[in-house]
Amino acid sequence: MSATIALQLAFWTPLTGALLIAFNGRHPAVREALTIITAILLFASLAVLAPAVFDGARPGLMMAEPLPGLSLQLTVEPLGLLFALLASLLWIVTSVYSVGYMRARQETNLTRFYTCFALSLWTAMGMALAGNLLTLFVFYELLTLSTYPLVTHSGSEQARRSGRLYLGLLLAPSLGFLLFALIWTWQLAGTLDFVEGGSLRGTASPALLGILFALYAFGISKAALMPLHRWLPAAMVAPTPVSALLHAVAVVKGGVFFLLKVTLYVFGIDLVAELQATQWLLYVAAATILLASLVALSKDNLKARLAYSTISQLGYIVLGTFLATSSGIIGSTLHMVMHAFGKITLFFCAGAILLATQKTAVSQMHGVGRNMPFTMSAFLIGSLCIIGLPPAGGVWSKWFLMLATLEAGHQALLVVLMASSLLSALYLLTVPLRGFFYPSPADMAGKGIREAPLACLLAIGLTASGCVGLFFYADSLYAIARLLTPGDGHG
Amino acid sequence: MITQHLPILQVIVPLLTAPLCLLVQDRRFAWGVSLAASWTAFLIAALLLDQTLEQGVISYELGGWPTPWGIEYRVDTVNAFVLLIVAAISSVVLLFAQRSVAKEILFTRIPLFYTAYMLCLAGLLGITVTGDVFNLFVFMEISALSSYTLIALSEQRRALTAAYQYLFMGTIGATFILIGIGLLYMMTGTLNMQDLSQRLPAVTGTRTVETAFAFLTVGISIKIALVPLHLWLPNAYAYAPSVVSAFIAATATKVAFYVLLRFMFTIFGVSFAFKTMPLNFIFMVLALAAMFAGSTAAIFQDNIKRLLAYSSIAQIGYMILGISFASVTGLTAAILHLFNHALMKGALFLSLGCIVYRLGMANMEQMRGLGRLMPWTMAAFVIGGLSLIGVPLTVGFISKWYLVVGALERGWWPLAVAVLVASLLALVYVWRVVEVAYFQAPSPAHAGEIREAPRSMLLPTWALIIANLYFGIDTSLTVGVASQAARQLLGVSE
Repeated sequence: MSATIALQLAFWTPLTGALLIAFNGRHPAVREALTIITAILLFASLAVLAPAVFDGARPGLMMAEPLPGLSLQLTVEPLGLLFALLASLLWIVTSVYSVGYMRARQETNLTRFYTCFALSLWTAMGMALAGNLLTLFVFYELLTLSTYPLVTHSGSEQARRSGRLYLGLLLAPSLGFLLFALIWTWQLAGTLDFVEGGSLRGTASPALLGILFALYAFGISKAALMPLHRWLPAAMVAPTPVSALLHAVAVVKGGVFFLLKVTLYVFGIDLVAELQATQWLLYVAAATILLASLVALSKDNLKARLAYSTISQLGYIVLGTFLATSSGIIGSTLHMVMHAFGKITLFFCAGAILLATQKTAVSQMHGVGRNMPFTMSAFLIGSLCIIGLPPAGGVWSKWFLMLATLEAGHQALLVVLMASSLLSALYLLTVPLRGFFYPSPADMAGKGIREAPLACLLAIGLTASGCVGLFFYADSLYAIARLLTPGDGHG
Repeated sequence: MITQHLPILQVIVPLLTAPLCLLVQDRRFAWGVSLAASWTAFLIAALLLDQTLEQGVISYELGGWPTPWGIEYRVDTVNAFVLLIVAAISSVVLLFAQRSVAKEILFTRIPLFYTAYMLCLAGLLGITVTGDVFNLFVFMEISALSSYTLIALSEQRRALTAAYQYLFMGTIGATFILIGIGLLYMMTGTLNMQDLSQRLPAVTGTRTVETAFAFLTVGISIKIALVPLHLWLPNAYAYAPSVVSAFIAATATKVAFYVLLRFMFTIFGVSFAFKTMPLNFIFMVLALAAMFAGSTAAIFQDNIKRLLAYSSIAQIGYMILGISFASVTGLTAAILHLFNHALMKGALFLSLGCIVYRLGMANMEQMRGLGRLMPWTMAAFVIGGLSLIGVPLTVGFISKWYLVVGALERGWWPLAVAVLVASLLALVYVWRVVEVAYFQAPSPAHAGEIREAPRSMLLPTWALIIANLYFGIDTSLTVGVASQAARQLLGVSE
């Protein structure tokens, strides 16, 4: 199969899937089957693309030219493909999980749910495969819109209020700052294409370029840099599969992916490293890491705690990007994947606990590990991956990120990273600790094992083994991340 | 050859259809013949645009009288484009009209309605096609008088005060324009636009010409409903029959805007309008006021038609802002937005027409639960609203893009920021409606009996929605024509 056909397939599969689900939604089994088949097809077509792309091929696809000289086009490059593979692989797992979860919760409006889910994945693919900034921006906005019905799925007053916050904090910065930055870039560089090494060098004074870079950093509020992070905790009113795949993987990773693309292919890492503004932004990222960790520690609701943990971990990725060194980029890229596996596992577990015991607060976790040993063990593994302890993949990404702080001469940032890792150990490990070692409350004691539905357990098992697998097989990921900054040390 | 006479046929066809509707006094006949006339006008407009794009400016001498003594009809890219928009919107709205009009207008007055509608269309097309300023005034009166009638035909009693208010303001505007034209005639002895533009430079230093300029600017600004001369617009749009709101909102202010372009750029010329007179500064301030005041007022409306009316006031601000840049990009943005806004507002008012058809009115209260009861209508409203906000892949995005590029080209980045911030206000007022429609339960009185609007109304609405998306993705026609029109107006060679 030629690369272009595979690309066409990868791009159109989720959209076709969404339409099929929308029109065949009457039967639960049909829409669930359609979701899983779509996810598998998507992953397969991306996998077909992979070898050639990692070897240096750059298949592309031209769709339309809405503005003269500015087209909607797709181009596959390693970073985007990695993001696409990650999202689509985890979509398969999430689909399996959804089947168990949504049935057990007896949720309604499932046709809308599965349709919007597929649509969100389509827009995420559009972002991952985007061939220029305009396309990336268009799909970035569409991702916000297509996830909105998922966030407000329950239709309750709280969902509506959270939905407003979600939409406001994602759309407002993107239309106010990001679009402005985009047009400004177009004005300065005359192109919105992704150029190896960046297209902005020398087009304006460093001070102006610094402002432009800050506009990107805050305009892309999906990366949840403080103070524009409030949408992410708000999004937690959504059903667990949405929080797991979209708000731990597709949406937030879409944000940091956008930032990585801008850093690598619009500014170029050399330019980013020189800008004065970057030094300030580094401290914003560092503050986000620390503050979000502290807030996470104070949250008793498990999903809220995980959400703030996500904000903190996104800060790591953003920090690595802003450090703009080869190891920083490698660390960021690796952490994109490691955190995805770790956090999706944690969300799956939180959902499973909710299903089996109706418990949502950390303070209620006493003894849950006795009733749900499998789920709690998976939670432990996911936590290790986030904290960065062996035998989980998170070690490697944190390793490179810490290395990058030293390379760039920011010892203070190293301290921040280590402190935050300690904090994350504190706020995450509390859960299995209470689950396994605290006595069960009277009503649950001695009830034996009561786990979530099998489909959920299967998904949890897969992602948890993914966390461990990444520890042992991180070298291929490293090889991909290396492709992003050719010509720098680390040979 | 009939193609030679296209410019006059453009006006004559609807103009002659009007008395026909009145004479035959049959509802069905009136609708059918109006529809046919409007689609013919659309076809003619398309042919004219095609001709101008291929052969350049078309000049047509009425009755064979040579210019500048006779009346000249003159079609270049600018007005060919506006003709196309007006005729296209009118045709789609008429498709929609039959059932909506039957429901909202007194049975016996329906032939009268189509008579007034055809007169209004003829007037708007006439304003656009003519190359003679007095002829322009005459057509302006035809369209204005017939639109007062159209608004007053509504069964809501408040429509009468709204129409009266509109008549009052409209007449002041028309008088100002007439005074301006009279002063110009006094100084140059000609009414032909081309001739005027050649003779004016010799007398530009005089106070008379400056006064004429002032009268014309203010008069036309009333017709455009530029803040602070907008007071007639919200009521007129809110209480008119749905079909009339859609038609007038999408065309009347656009044609007035075209008149402004014509006077500023073709007749007075850029250097007079923007260098001798400080028009760009005045326009910039007023445009910003319109963008923010209009959008903010829209946020607090309870009647959705009024909400859209205030949003129109804000959108007019965008177009005026584009003019104030006095650059090719700015003007391209203005002309593009003229087209794009016609598509958005046409679509939005038609979807409201569907709602009014089923519920009798369109306040926030009526919107409750409509996402479920009328899914296609509400989906159309949401997409139209997204286009109004300027979300990518809709026409609104394209307009905003050019406006911001225009602002940055001049180095006026605060204006670029203002455009983007104003579009966030649009997000607020659109989303208020969306939340009510999708998250609130329908009021018990409605549940069960409210169904989706009839297909004959949904299809035209969706035709405009699809146009909103299509021209947001494939802009070769709109951007191509708009930038060519902008160059022609500014006298810049390709």
